[in-house]
This record gives sequence, C-alpha cells and structure tokens, in this order.
Amino acid sequence: MTTATKSIAAPAYSTGASSTNDTSSALRFITCGSVDDGKSTLIGRLLVDSKAVLQDQLANVSKSGEADLALFTDGLSAEREQGITIDVAYRYFATPTRKFIIGDAPGHEQYTRNMVTAASSAHAAVVLVDATKLKWNVDGLVDLLPQTRRHSLLVNLLRVPGIIFAVNKLDALGDDATAAFAKISEALQAFAQQAGITVTATIPMSALKGHNVVEATPDWCGYQGPSLLALLETLPVTAAETDVPFAFPVQWVEKFHNSADTSQGRRVFWGRVATGTVQVGDTISIHPSGQTAVVAQVVNHARVPGSIAAGHGAGITLDREVDVSRGDWLLAQVTPAADPDDEFADTPKPRAFAEATREIKATVAWMDDEPLIAGRVYLALHGHRWIKAKVKRIVHSLDINTLQEHDATEIAPNAIGHIELALQEAITAVPYAQSRVLGSLILVDTASHKTSGALLLG
Amino acid sequence: MNAMTEPTHFDRLSNLHLDALEEETIFILREVAAAFERPALLFSGGKDSLVMLKCAEKAFGVGRIPYPLLMIDTGHNFHEVTDFRDFRAKELGAELIVRSVEDSMARGTVRLAHPGESRNVHQSVTLLEAIDEFRFDALIGGARRDEEKARAKERIFSHRDSFGQWQPKAQRPELWTLFNTRLQPGEHFRVFPISNWTELDVWQYIEREKIALPSLYYTHKRDVVERKGLLVPVTDLTPAKEGETIESRDVRFRTVGDITCTCPVESLAANAADIVIETLAADVSERGATRMDDKTSEASMEKRKKDGYF
Repeated sequence: MTTATKSIAAPAYSTGASSTNDTSSALRFITCGSVDDGKSTLIGRLLVDSKAVLQDQLANVSKSGEADLALFTDGLSAEREQGITIDVAYRYFATPTRKFIIGDAPGHEQYTRNMVTAASSAHAAVVLVDATKLKWNVDGLVDLLPQTRRHSLLVNLLRVPGIIFAVNKLDALGDDATAAFAKISEALQAFAQQAGITVTATIPMSALKGHNVVEATPDWCGYQGPSLLALLETLPVTAAETDVPFAFPVQWVEKFHNSADTSQGRRVFWGRVATGTVQVGDTISIHPSGQTAVVAQVVNHARVPGSIAAGHGAGITLDREVDVSRGDWLLAQVTPAADPDDEFADTPKPRAFAEATREIKATVAWMDDEPLIAGRVYLALHGHRWIKAKVKRIVHSLDINTLQEHDATEIAPNAIGHIELALQEAITAVPYAQSRVLGSLILVDTASHKTSGALLLG
Repeated sequence: MNAMTEPTHFDRLSNLHLDALEEETIFILREVAAAFERPALLFSGGKDSLVMLKCAEKAFGVGRIPYPLLMIDTGHNFHEVTDFRDFRAKELGAELIVRSVEDSMARGTVRLAHPGESRNVHQSVTLLEAIDEFRFDALIGGARRDEEKARAKERIFSHRDSFGQWQPKAQRPELWTLFNTRLQPGEHFRVFPISNWTELDVWQYIEREKIALPSLYYTHKRDVVERKGLLVPVTDLTPAKEGETIESRDVRFRTVGDITCTCPVESLAANAADIVIETLAADVSERGATRMDDKTSEASMEKRKKDGYF
C-alpha cells in the first residue's frame, strides 16, 4: 500500500504544453445514432467490461441475475417509462492509461439539441449503426437511417475530430454478418465521402455480446483492427488553435482595492486564451475600443506566472490604464502579413485578423421548438459578449438525406441551414474551421431566454 | 475485484488530469462571479464543498471570494462538520449564512410526517426560502455527475424556474463554454463547477493540495449496528433497534450529510493517500455504501431535484 501511495506525486504545472497526442488528458467522447441502435447498451458494456461499474449499481439494473446494460444510463423516470434517452448522461471511467468522459447522447430527432450539447465539447464521436434495421435494396446496397446521417453531419460540422462508425448488432445476422458489414461499410464510406467526413474507423460490433467493445474479436466479420476501447485509448485530444493570432475574451475583471496590490498597479483581466499564445511584452489591441497596450504580466489560471497557450486560463495585466470590461476581447495587434516575395523574411508572421464586422454568415444548428424566422432579433453570445443579432436572410436549409441545399423561409427545429445576420455591434469574426471560440456563437430567444441556435461562422 | 486495483495500475496512476479539472472549475467559479448579481456558494463543510472552496481561493485569491457561503442546516449535522465549516469560513474571511430547517418548521413551512422523519428532503423548502430572502440569482453547488443517475444528466449551468424546479426535459442546450445565464425575474441558476470530477478525482486532489477535512472522513472507532447491509451509526437520533447488536468498529465516512441518512464504511484509512487507494479498490459506489434515503426509489433524487433540491 505504501509503495503505491508514493507514486501519486504532485506534478509540476506546465504552461503552454500542447495537448495534441497527450493521452494523459481525459478523452471526452460521445455516443450517438438512431433510437435503439444500442448506445446505452454499448456504454453499459464499456463500463461493465472495463470494470467501472460497482456492485450496487450492477444490482440496481439486474433482473433475475442478468444485467440490463441499457439501464445504467437512462437516469430520468421519463426515460425509463418510455425506454428512450431524452438528455445527455455523462459517465466516467478510467483504464490504466486514460480517463474517459462519455456523453451518452439521445437518438430521437426531437432531442437533437441535447446531442449537439454533448458534441460541442467532444474529442471523438462513436456513431452507432444498427445492422438489423437497414433496408436492403435490390441492387444489394443499403440506405442509412436519417439519424445516422444527421448525427454524422452534426459531429462533422462541430469539428469533432475522431468519427468512429460502430456497426452494431451484427451478431443477430448470423452467417450473413460478414457480408452485411462489408455492405454497410461501403454505404457509410460513400456517405462520408459525399459529406466530406473523415472517418477514423468503422468497427463491426456486438454491444450485447461484447464483440470488439473492450476486447478485440479477431477475424469476426473480417475485421482485424483494434477494439473500440483500444482505439479510444490512442486518439488524440483536440489540438489547441495556436496558428491563429492571440485572441482572448475577457471573462472577469479583478479590481484591487488593497493598497498592497498597487505595486502591480492595475486590474487583472481573466479568461481563457481562445487562440494563439500570450507573453509579457506582446502588444495587443482591445476590441471594440481599438486602444492598444503592452502585456505587463501573464499568470495561469492558478496565478502562476508564465506564457499561456490557447485553451488555457490566463490572467493578464497591461502596462497602462485602459478601459477594458467583461465581454471585450484582447487581440494580437494587427500586423501586416509577411511579403511573400521577401526572401529575407525569416519567420512567417501569423495572419492578421480581418476587420471587425457587423455582417456575418453562419451555418446554424437550430435547437428551439419554434422555427428560426428571417427578420427576428435574437440575443447572441460571442465569447463573453452579448450582442443583438437580426436574421437578415435565410440562405438555404440542408436536406440531410440528399445533402442538397434548398431555398427556405424558416429553419425548422433540429434542422441545419445557412443564414446571414446583422449584428448590433461588430465582432472579430474567424471561420469556425479556424477557431472554435472566435467562430462560434449561440442565439438566445429574447422572450423565452431559451438557447435556440448554435452558429458556426462560415 | 476492480480492474483498476491491479498492481501495475498504481505505478501509473496519474493526477495530471486534475490540472484540467481544476482549470475548468476555476473558469466556472469566475463566470458566476461575473455573470450574476447575487450568487452564493453552498458550503456544508463536506469534502466536495471544501474542494470547491480551494478552487475559489485560487480563482479569487485568499480572502477575496466574492460571494457569501450558504449552509442549509437540518439541525442533524455532525458537530465535527459544522465546527469545521465555521473554522474554514472564518479562516478565509468569507461571509457565512446559515439557514435552518428548524426555523422553517417553526414558521410552519416545513411539516414532518412523523418526528423521526429525515429532514434531508425538507432542506429544499429552507433553501428556496433563503433564495427568496437574499434574492440569490445563482447557487453554486458541489454536486458531481458521477454520484447518481439524475445528476449525470444535469447541465453545469442548470436553470430553475420561479418555483425553484428543475425541468429535466427542457434543459437548455449547453454549447462549448457559451453559458446562457439569462434569467426572468424570480428564476435562478444552480451551477455545478465540479460536475466532471469523480470521487477518485476529489480524493486525489485533496491529497495533492493537502486540503484539511473534518476528522470524520478518516478512520475512527464508532458504535454502529448493521442494518440492510449498511453500517448505521448509533447516535441519539439513530438509536439501535431492538435486537440489534451494537459494535465498535473502525470506520470512516465517504460522504457526510444529515446524521439520519449517512452511514460510514469500515476502514483503517488515516489520510487522503490511503483513501485514494481504497477508492480505487472500492466495489460499491459512494451513495450505495452510505445513503439510506436514496434506496427508497430509483427516481428519488430526480424527484427531489424537481422539487428544488440541489
């Protein structure tokens, strides 16, 4: 016992460490797909086979000695009544090499908003496909279910980096399993290619029997790859966006009234670095006021000095008294891009931010029960800043089956579309593909205060 | 036997992930300070609230926590815990507000079905009265999603209507870290900064940060009786029943709450490092081992949360 406790040493806090390929970080992944594709059973299987489920929890879901794996996750009485998952359940387990946070997302179209909630913070998504539910066409091809398409599109849209298709319930097909897996893989591959989705892996699986979940089942359905868990243990967590210039939304302004603190002189601006890195001596501009200042001190979330990289909390003091409040942004001072013909330019400068704009174009995932209507004004949150936003035009809505874009006058609940908005105040807009923080906003209904839409800047 | 108890695992037990958990917690604590006008931090003196307090100290600096601490006292708390609560609040220079279920009983807003009934569920009434009294718009709580199935479903910023009710079917989507903190008059938020921590994370953090806890968390001799597989402490409030044998055992509490519904577990663990090892080897969950009140119904926590419980 004592030797074991000695190994739990306090690590030194390392600032600016890249989180790429860092398997010591917890991996957040979601499971999604259509209703009854076996998501809850898969999670139950992961928890039981990795021995993360404790005896009392196992006893709670066991009837006549046989555990109903699905019952681990459906925690609401309405869910147990209906046998469906309404909202995301977060589950935790660890293997000897990694800690995992699972977001068990609901399959019903009606609860797509909760699936989007889970996906927005995920490093990977496991999209379940029920092999027994697919229709076989005369030409030997299969059609995917709409929810498989919808969820794949949403996780791809939200830039969840690892997308794994888990073709489940193949055990139910007996001798046809190998052929079925090949056909379904083909259909998934064709769809992914058409939608521009990079697939990490396609794994044949039986969540019920445990094939390829925790332990690999070699040769089953002609598959030789790793089990789902083995794959999840090696996936990288999302890389921080360091190739975009420094941007920092001010979350909270700490004021010092104590005279002992005046040696530091100023207020501390706290928040999380959105993109780039920050260090003492950097010149920054303040948005929206346009003032400039030099960074006088940088500390990490726990008040230890150092330079801070994207994704991490920081406290910043400036070299002069300037007006900065919650919701403002500190941005790398706009520097002209390096002249491509200047062969003596030794270090390529990061691209400067474009001018702040009041006109934005965005992809929207609509989550309210009321449709999005052109002409309406919503409240938008960008970083820590609330701005009024008017929907100027609905460019199109997306047909998730054909991936065709259609003219539309409104965006229906759970639909995806493209819109143009006019903002009351300008923002520094960066495409979501370059920065999750600068490129994302939420829309909130002015009357109900519901979180109605997720905006991804195009 | 748990897979994580295999000896090889001990050598590789990492606490690097605690940095990320701490950072997330501090981010949320600051967000509450900035986004709300009258927040309060629910503080019981238990291990989860002491972990939150440690993060608050780091977030705001010693002596600068910008919200009061609020305790809803059932009158059935272990004195070791309430003493510790008062000591820590004083040490931090934090404002401590205590509101008690007994006062609600005196007002007539809480009626017990019978004198021996657990007062735990009635905390909701007293809590909502305190929210009215101080017009709190956000209450920070130390609940973790790994504790219980209904808690596993809750958002970090959880909206409550003007009756203090949680509406699990109509939770607000929570995208990225864009927290929608908009309220109508009379509504409030419950905010859970340590949602993503597990019991093991909490103990590893207590060990790493050397956080002091009430003595009940560590091994001590205590008179107990065995009842339905639980060790029930023998106290004035929870006397032994006829025919039960009182034994003195080496025990510790995994969770401390209302005396009438909290049970200790058998243990010789004398410090946080010992408890980390025991937690790794545990094959019964924190609630399963310690709570009498959750066993009554699968949905008891969900029902209580809908009624305004935290």
